[in-house]
Amino acid sequence: MMQTTRIANVSRRSLLLGLGAGSLVLAVGLAARGLAQEASAEFGADAMPNGWRDDPNVFVSIDEAGIVTVTIHRAEMGQGVRTSIAMVVAEELEADWDKVRVTQAPGDESRFGNQDTDGSRSLRHFFDPMRRAGASARAMLEQAAADAWDVPVAEVRAEGHFVRHEGSDRRMGYGELAAAAAALPVPDREGVRLKDPATFHYVGKGDIGLVDNNDITRGTATYGIDVRREGMLYAVIARPPVFGGRISSVDESAALQVAGVERVVRLDPPAIPAEFRPLGGVAVIARSTWAAIKGREALVIEWDDGPHGSYSSEEYKTELEAAVQTSDGKLILNRGDVETALTAAPTRVVAEYYIPHLAQAPMEPPAAVADVRDGTCEVWACVQAPQVTRLRLAEQMELPEEDVTVNVTLLGGGFGRKSKPDFVLEAAILSREMGTPVKLTWTREDDLHHSYYHTVSVERLEAGLDHAGKAVAWLHRTAAPTIGSIFAPDPKEKLPFELGMGLTNMPLDIPNVRAENPQAPAHVRIGWYRSVSNIPHAFAIQSFIAELADAAGRDPRDYLLEVIGPARLIDPSEIGDVWNYGENPDRYPIDTGRLRKVTETVAEAIGWGREMRSGRGLGLAAHYSFASHVAVAAEVDVKDGEVHIPRVEIAIDCGANVNPDRIRSQMEGAVVMGVGQALTTEMTFHDGRAQQGNFDSYLIPRMEVAPREINVHLASSGGYDQPLGGVGEPGLPPVVPAITNAIFAATGHRIRRLPVADQLRS
Amino acid sequence: MITLTVNGTEHSFDGDREMPLLWYLRDELGLTGTKFGCGMAQCGACTIHLDGYATFACITPISMAEGSDVSTIEGLTENGDHPVQVAWRDLNVSQCGYCQAGQIMQAAALVDSTPEPTDEDIDAVMSANLCRCGTYPRIRAAIKQAAQARTK
Repeated sequence: MMQTTRIANVSRRSLLLGLGAGSLVLAVGLAARGLAQEASAEFGADAMPNGWRDDPNVFVSIDEAGIVTVTIHRAEMGQGVRTSIAMVVAEELEADWDKVRVTQAPGDESRFGNQDTDGSRSLRHFFDPMRRAGASARAMLEQAAADAWDVPVAEVRAEGHFVRHEGSDRRMGYGELAAAAAALPVPDREGVRLKDPATFHYVGKGDIGLVDNNDITRGTATYGIDVRREGMLYAVIARPPVFGGRISSVDESAALQVAGVERVVRLDPPAIPAEFRPLGGVAVIARSTWAAIKGREALVIEWDDGPHGSYSSEEYKTELEAAVQTSDGKLILNRGDVETALTAAPTRVVAEYYIPHLAQAPMEPPAAVADVRDGTCEVWACVQAPQVTRLRLAEQMELPEEDVTVNVTLLGGGFGRKSKPDFVLEAAILSREMGTPVKLTWTREDDLHHSYYHTVSVERLEAGLDHAGKAVAWLHRTAAPTIGSIFAPDPKEKLPFELGMGLTNMPLDIPNVRAENPQAPAHVRIGWYRSVSNIPHAFAIQSFIAELADAAGRDPRDYLLEVIGPARLIDPSEIGDVWNYGENPDRYPIDTGRLRKVTETVAEAIGWGREMRSGRGLGLAAHYSFASHVAVAAEVDVKDGEVHIPRVEIAIDCGANVNPDRIRSQMEGAVVMGVGQALTTEMTFHDGRAQQGNFDSYLIPRMEVAPREINVHLASSGGYDQPLGGVGEPGLPPVVPAITNAIFAATGHRIRRLPVADQLRS
Repeated sequence: MITLTVNGTEHSFDGDREMPLLWYLRDELGLTGTKFGCGMAQCGACTIHLDGYATFACITPISMAEGSDVSTIEGLTENGDHPVQVAWRDLNVSQCGYCQAGQIMQAAALVDSTPEPTDEDIDAVMSANLCRCGTYPRIRAAIKQAAQARTK
């Protein structure tokens, strides 16, 4: 093992670090963040539970050989955060990238600041603190060298893993200086000198290899499902097939006869509301995963399906369609006088859109190892929210928080599913029961049958056009079960944070706008799915704008730009969005100039307006989400009802491009995921049961349907001193409507129900 | 008793003959580079080489590997320098990385058998392997780069 010397043991800010210790109250605040946001006076990272830290003692260590280890407190699920955070620290530290390593922080927000890896926030909230952490460590190394040489610190400079003295040839490596630097106080935050971005070696350059490349390509990377502990047993659980169901009877005799099966354990009935708690059911614990699976197959269980046993997504669609016909819903936006303007309009256009349930389906299903013994609980798990996991475990195991350790593995995809630690609690319950470490694995059927599903929506839009075809009235009714339903008993209206995802914050240059939210009860667990409510909102709004263009006989690009209106800065709270992704509207206004620019960029790149041969078409969509502006242009080729997508152009303005390679990869991935959502991906329910159980029926895109050509345009318009936008999620929302708008251009067939599936086959 | 060779080492197993090779590799041998994704040959995360052919370990009973040579991602190369592995790193193909061991094993079999794969070859073979992060464009580029490097 490598000997690691901490740069410093004592920090001026250690007191500050001691204060924000997590509590259950804080975690409830986190879960209900969307509910409580209106009351918050703080913004950004300041407003997150346990805020942020920039202490180099927490994030940076250097050993005597000069190896720099950066502690990554955010979860890696493919967005590249382990690479990007290390890169930012290395940049300010003037470290040689080849001598930089990373280590993953356990869940401990009192030490690391907020660790909820969601909401496209990691660099948006931690770019500045991580720069300061690196710069402070650099200053301490410089001071240590100046002390060693007895020269003024102004005469020394850190560069390329050495500190040099400008007046002589002397230089010392970081390894030599680490111990002395460790004895120095951390410099005042205000006095920290950040690098001039013109001198950046790594940030913004895009040629950094991923820190996990070697492990991933050689099969040595460790995900939650890969963890092994001495004496570990393996478990799977038969959960109630309907949300809220319970066990009526169990016959486990055959299961206990399966070779390798150790025990069968009945779990407590599910909690309602579900929050992050287990669903109940019957666990089979065995000496291998295979034996556990075979044991589960041998269980004979009768279920009491409970109140959701008749849930049918097809019937529910009809219910939502009925709900959006009346104006009984909660009023959520009202500017001007929509009713009068609609009545007066010579042209009225109405359209309804249906966006189905989706499952995140990360390639690594939920899995965790727990070891609960002797009054302690230690877990190894693929979790996006390790501190929340820790608090929930402490509660479930009735242990003090300090006796619960959450080790964060790599996540084999997250997409919001792994923000909910229900599966970790299951593992811990079973480990306590068995008195041994237990690995709990969810099979793919478990994952698809018991997800926290993306909501299901009907969006009804109605507009009035004047004689020139310009939109003068806009009425939007949105009905969808809320994520709030996992936190409170049976709420039926969307929360401000859901409405703020592309509905209440939609910059429309239209004088009369009204939006209503009819009620919609939840019958399954509803949860975050990459880009969340932006999915239905962007699909409906961007489709509808194209429909209006058609009704007006106008070019869809020109019409979209007209609806966005002239370049201007909009305070979201002034158009009805009190949430603004938790960001300060002064620093994070909606910038229609940026939205126009990304739109024009992709339109130009795809050759908007060019002659298309029969069956081909171009489509366009633009959407603001997670503080970034994105536009997509898609080209489709429809033959015999089959949609091929040869090419997609996507432009993002997320502020400065800190790690361009990972921004590109996130946009590429968003396009591919969006292709699936447009064409094939859907979860349906019948008798309360999910109808898709594996990838033979839950159709996510394969290589053959991914566009051969995806061009990413980084339309950055800000320096490193300007606020950053998100990257992981904002690429996705405009992809689907760009594709369906292209299908309309190609075929004249307007897709109003997702996915396309066989709608184009006559 | 079943005997088989895994990454050059001979092993014997006298448990359930129906146990899929996937769980034998992961739970019995601790070779966790081979991933579980679906359990029914739908996603390719478990792709290994069985006597040199890309095979889904999740649906291959261990009895079928009797006397066979099994190669997993851990044993593809000693130093991680198969042209496919190198290209994967060069192009930063991975996002979450979970499916990539299976993708690499599939791609390695492809370029080993088809020195100059066309886009159609790549679609036909690699569509067996799912990636939820959507790394397909880079997988395609990396296979082409690896194929070129291999024929040089």
